[in-house]
Amino acid sequence: MNDKGKIIAGIVIFFVVASFPFWLNMFLEKGPAPELVLTPKAKAAEKCVRDTQFMTANHMQLLDEWRDTVVRKAERIYVNAEGKEFNMSLSNTCLDCHSNKAEFCDRCHDYASIEPYCWDCHIDNPKETK
Amino acid sequence: MEDSRRQFLKVAGTAAVGLSAAPAISAVAASGGHGAQPHVRKGADALTAKQWGLVIDTTKLDHEKIERIVEACHKTHNVPDISAEKVGEKTAVRHEIKWIWETHFHNAFTDQPSKYISEEVEERPFLVLCNHCEEPPCVQACPTEATFKRPDGIVIMDFHRCIGCRFCMAACPYGSRSFNLRDPRPFIKETNLAFPTRTKGVVEKCNFCAERLAVGKPPACVEASEGAIIFGDLEDPHSEIREVLREHHTIRRKASLGTGPAVYYII
Repeated sequence: MNDKGKIIAGIVIFFVVASFPFWLNMFLEKGPAPELVLTPKAKAAEKCVRDTQFMTANHMQLLDEWRDTVVRKAERIYVNAEGKEFNMSLSNTCLDCHSNKAEFCDRCHDYASIEPYCWDCHIDNPKETK
Repeated sequence: MEDSRRQFLKVAGTAAVGLSAAPAISAVAASGGHGAQPHVRKGADALTAKQWGLVIDTTKLDHEKIERIVEACHKTHNVPDISAEKVGEKTAVRHEIKWIWETHFHNAFTDQPSKYISEEVEERPFLVLCNHCEEPPCVQACPTEATFKRPDGIVIMDFHRCIGCRFCMAACPYGSRSFNLRDPRPFIKETNLAFPTRTKGVVEKCNFCAERLAVGKPPACVEASEGAIIFGDLEDPHSEIREVLREHHTIRRKASLGTGPAVYYII
């Protein structure tokens, strides 16, 4: 048997087909990355609970830990590495600074096609109707 | 050939050991350099107990006072008012959501032995709510641990985990739990922006104002009752609530079931 050529050709074709989505993505034009608007209050604070890079990548894990700690362990104060204290509350702390959900939360979530159901219960803009 | 294979395995083995140690090394390095790690704690003013409980002095309550207390609770916690005018009488009964409400003696105390009771007591309005039982049957029934008993005795719901199976409602002998058959938001008259609402498909009930205790405030019903409701630690013999219990004869709802209700009634 001497099918070396056929086998190699088959493998090459397989990889081309399997990696097609990645190829396509490289050439397709992507929509512009969402531009986030910081409220004056958020700008003045300069730093969130953790640094911006951590928050961008891991805010969902942080919020998940927060909800467990608050509801299940009854511990409501978060002390960050600088020793600054925060009340662990999505509506009352996060959205107190980021009171522009539509321009801050939603833009990225829409871009990434994510629909978090936090807002089914948590009031999305505590300032709006105050 | 033999030699080079042996050589290869040696190098590969050493590399594997080195790689497996890397996370540990970097973790040690990280904890060393950056000072304090983020951590969580209770608030400084948080009220604590071993078993929170209530004493309700029913001699001090009437319809108006009870209405005020119910309103204070329901407003604080965004409890919807699904009234008959909005959804029709039949639906209102099925969809009703309540954390604390008024009822008759015979409904509140079904296991009282006396057949003939004083007329005055029979007509008196009684305030009922979740009993935050010592042995809560709802907690045993919950398949996801969405309902659990906290170390301070409060039986509380983690709405994030509730799958809406309603086993807890079947298990609770006091009817303290309500199910959200519809989105409650349109039925909330005045939204308390500091507290979340619920969503369709979860069970809800009294949380003993855990969010108020956490900042050193008494439960909303206690505050609105003007002294008719006393709250405190049932396990602390020196607490005000134990003092009141020593001075007055009290009864509990369906105590014979063995749930150990933590709400006591002065009759």
